[in-house]
Amino acid sequence: MAYKFDATVRYAQSHDWARLEGDLVVCGISDYAQHALSDVVFIELPSVGDTVAQGDIYSTVESVKAAEQVYAPVSGEIVAVNDDLEANPELINEDPYGAAWIIKVKPSDAGELDALMDAAAYESLLAEHE
Amino acid sequence: MPFIANTDADRAEMLAAVGLERIEDLFRDVPEQHRYATLDLPEPLSELEVMREVTALAGENDHLGELASFLGAGAYRHFIPSVVDFLAGRSEFYSAYTPYQPEVSQGTLQAIFEYQSMISALTGMDAANASHYDGATATAEAVIMALNSVKGPRKRVVLSPALNPQYREVVHTYTQGMGLDIVGGDLEDHDFHTLLELVDKDTACVVVQNPDFLGQLHSSAEMQDLADAVHAAGALLAVSVDPLSLGLFTPPGEYGVDIVMGEGQSLGNGLNFGGPYLGFFAMRSADVRKSAGRIAGETVDVDGQTGYVLTLSTREQHIRRGRATSNICTNQALMALRACIYLAAMGKHGLKSVAEQCYHKAQYAATLISMIPGYQIVGKKPFFKEFVVRCPVPVSVVKDFLLLEWGIVAGYDLTEDYPELGECLLICVTEMNTRQEIDDLAEALAAVAEMAEEMELELEELR
Amino acid sequence: MIEPTVYDLSSPGRHGPQLPVLDVPVAPLPDGYLRTDLPLPELSELDTVRHFVRLSQRNMGIDTNFYPLGSCTMKYNPKVNEKAASLPGFVELHPLQDPEMTQGAMQLLLELQVYLAEISGFAAVTLQPAAGAHGELTGVLIMRKYQLDRGETQRTKILVPDSAHGTNPATTTMSGLTVVELPSDDRGNLDLEALKANLDDTVVGLMLTNPNTLGLFEEHILEITQLVHEAGGLVYGDGANMNAIVGVVKPADLGIDVMHFNLHKTFSTPHGGGGPGAGPVGVVEKLARFLPGPVVTVEHVNADSDDEFERNNFSEDGDDFRLVWTMPSKSIGRVRAYYGNFGVLVRAYTYIRMHGAPGLRRIAENAVLNANYLKVRLQNEASYPVAFGDRICMHEFVAQGILEGAPDIHTMDIAKRLMDYGFHPPTVYFPLIVREALMIEPTETESKATLDAFADAMIQIAREAREEPQLLKDAPHNAPVKRLDEVRAARQMILCRC
Repeated sequence: MAYKFDATVRYAQSHDWARLEGDLVVCGISDYAQHALSDVVFIELPSVGDTVAQGDIYSTVESVKAAEQVYAPVSGEIVAVNDDLEANPELINEDPYGAAWIIKVKPSDAGELDALMDAAAYESLLAEHE
Repeated sequence: MPFIANTDADRAEMLAAVGLERIEDLFRDVPEQHRYATLDLPEPLSELEVMREVTALAGENDHLGELASFLGAGAYRHFIPSVVDFLAGRSEFYSAYTPYQPEVSQGTLQAIFEYQSMISALTGMDAANASHYDGATATAEAVIMALNSVKGPRKRVVLSPALNPQYREVVHTYTQGMGLDIVGGDLEDHDFHTLLELVDKDTACVVVQNPDFLGQLHSSAEMQDLADAVHAAGALLAVSVDPLSLGLFTPPGEYGVDIVMGEGQSLGNGLNFGGPYLGFFAMRSADVRKSAGRIAGETVDVDGQTGYVLTLSTREQHIRRGRATSNICTNQALMALRACIYLAAMGKHGLKSVAEQCYHKAQYAATLISMIPGYQIVGKKPFFKEFVVRCPVPVSVVKDFLLLEWGIVAGYDLTEDYPELGECLLICVTEMNTRQEIDDLAEALAAVAEMAEEMELELEELR
Repeated sequence: MIEPTVYDLSSPGRHGPQLPVLDVPVAPLPDGYLRTDLPLPELSELDTVRHFVRLSQRNMGIDTNFYPLGSCTMKYNPKVNEKAASLPGFVELHPLQDPEMTQGAMQLLLELQVYLAEISGFAAVTLQPAAGAHGELTGVLIMRKYQLDRGETQRTKILVPDSAHGTNPATTTMSGLTVVELPSDDRGNLDLEALKANLDDTVVGLMLTNPNTLGLFEEHILEITQLVHEAGGLVYGDGANMNAIVGVVKPADLGIDVMHFNLHKTFSTPHGGGGPGAGPVGVVEKLARFLPGPVVTVEHVNADSDDEFERNNFSEDGDDFRLVWTMPSKSIGRVRAYYGNFGVLVRAYTYIRMHGAPGLRRIAENAVLNANYLKVRLQNEASYPVAFGDRICMHEFVAQGILEGAPDIHTMDIAKRLMDYGFHPPTVYFPLIVREALMIEPTETESKATLDAFADAMIQIAREAREEPQLLKDAPHNAPVKRLDEVRAARQMILCRC
């Protein structure tokens, strides 16, 4: 299976990604994760203003056969939520690294992002699992 | 051996194929010391014999088919058109299971979808599920859904004292591990304002019944005010209703309720000594994903043809396991099918006429009884098919006298559940009761009062 | 061909069955209480009959097809059960009638309690729970309350094997307890080392399905129950798979403390398209006082009599006893209104009376033999892998939809193709710990001829999978509809015709 990887993001073991945009970190789930889920039919979103710690569950993404929890790749305050996903959950399958970003976080610890994997490291992690 | 097709020859051939010598070898993983423990059970019976025994047991009961009955209190004797038994008795329906494979279960799935549609129409809500075990467990599931639906961790649940006492008990049983603060059930004052005093910022939901357990109806305006007040506190309002009352009265969806549930037995299901019944459950679209139980949805097949599937299953135990909205799996599908057939058969006109007849007959009965010296109708609100009568003699005496002397089942004795009301009887009148039965009831009540008065006089003379 | 809905068939002004003419005066209706419209369909009686008969024809049931749905025990439902349950003395009986009027029904309940206790080895049984999962909730609440009652408030965990039904962890959460999942070992048993590592004084108990969902009897069952007991825990037995062992072994003898029965599985009451079931719960002596109530008990009529002779002299049967409802002293409370799914209980009573002890044992023996025979045919002749296939299975086994030479074929394709051969598919993708699971439970009521026909179809499908895979991918071809779009259903959420 050939998955898409994005060189501009960093990956967590939990198949979540994080991208630094200005002073915010944008978060979503990886192409591998959306493939594993198959067609996404629903996403439960957090609220702006919530704070998350790295590894916290902040969202649930559902297909018809599974409900997967989404973990925060970094800690901080949620400053934006992608409401488009509520009406168009299929964006998660179509454009996991772009239009299907889930939250934007104002990070409380810049070091967390640096400690995540780059695309190459994540790709080899998946290769080990396959 | 009944119901087993294979012969000894078949078994021998199959054992050989498996590579075993004796049937016992199949159970070699069962600890030997416990294998084939003796079972002390009665000898096997043939069909003829077992029917004889079961018929004898059934015959020992004094059932309502043979008596004039005014007993309701949550389980009701209503007209069941012949089509219900006939159609629900088709074994293509009753010998199927949960429609996990939709392509060969379209009959069950479409019937669930139609049931959901008619329950939504009846209650005025956006959506309904495929059923709960009964009205009591549907109420408990409503409370749990409200806890999951409201913002933040709220732990208070306010139950109306006029909610069916058994339903209140089941809410307590279901939630005993959840650390909740359940209040309201023991209030002696049944006024909504008193109930609202218990609603605070920690309250997740308020549960009331309309018509309530004592038969009293609350107007649309009263219900709307209650809903507004509950919502202002950030809580949800759940209402248990008699589905047949909705043939005539305002659907709860029109007065701002969040959850509508109740006992669906009266929709085409027999009394059956308390079960199987069905809990119906209707809600707003926004809460569907927090709800429990199965739901059917419409879709299309690969050729674009309309079909039905179980949907939103990610809420359920087989997918979400420990995070599911409930543990419910098997529900009361066949009872929901009966309700579906009943609603379709009776339809718009039939359901209205059932509700009207219940209403008019109950009013007639109450008017007659109110004219008997010593009896008093309790409550000032309109009522649908049940009302409370305060008796001049102990309810237990009234019940025994009516049964033994008149062959009438008088109603439900309220003295245990509502001692503060005094000697009160809950009387239920439906389309099944003839005018003659109602007249007899009134005459019998008058007779028991007279008899008691005479006995009292005799006693006084003796003193 | 689609079947229109009741709303599509509706035609303004049509009537169904009518009531008698109202024989009392019309009372005024109250203002501010009434609905303006009642949007229900308008059908003639014939419209209704044709519609639901046609719907019934769009279903598979046991009475029409072999239905080897694993874990569901889809056995034949004897028609005499239906006849017994429809007697007017049962159907027309109100649950709130005085017990003096319902002694026959209560006698039946009492006897059923005794039979189920005897079959399982438990001291007491409640018939109240309406289904298996409802029985689980009852059982786990009893376990919780038992631990609280003896002051063990720190016990908040329930151990659940990874092969368990989803109801086990869901029930645990509903009961306010925490789930700890335990792995299975390389023979499909509960992993003993993992069990030992998790057993401490925070454990309420273990939930165990035996035989488990792999269709295997726990090889260390006595050791497991002993370990849990030594740690102060209780063992819950999920009785979903009782059909494999009924009449062969009593669960209480194995150290199970509390268990639910699925009367709609083992005791053959119809599954009704998803219910009603019944999930009575049996418990050992020390848990009896926690049972939900009310339960039927026997009362000595003159127990409180002032007359010493009346108090002390009574015969075993006759008029000196009556049946009454009682609430166990430390009951967890009611788990539903009234006493249980009585109509279902009548069916189970009838079924047990027809079988007696020898008949019940033959159920398990034939169910297990049928499963093993089918398993061996699929393994040997069609090369379907079977999870832990070297072991003797119990009433069911878990094959895998993994066929050499057919890499694109999945369990779902095989399941859908089976429909074309006239078989209801097995349970698919469960248990979760087996890849591409096809869980097959033939039950004892199927003949060898039916099993052979099913095996032949599976063998044929395996061949098609290699030679004509598209035939499987497009299946079913003969069902009322083709494969349905579940993704669309979940996204659109059309849940009613309103």
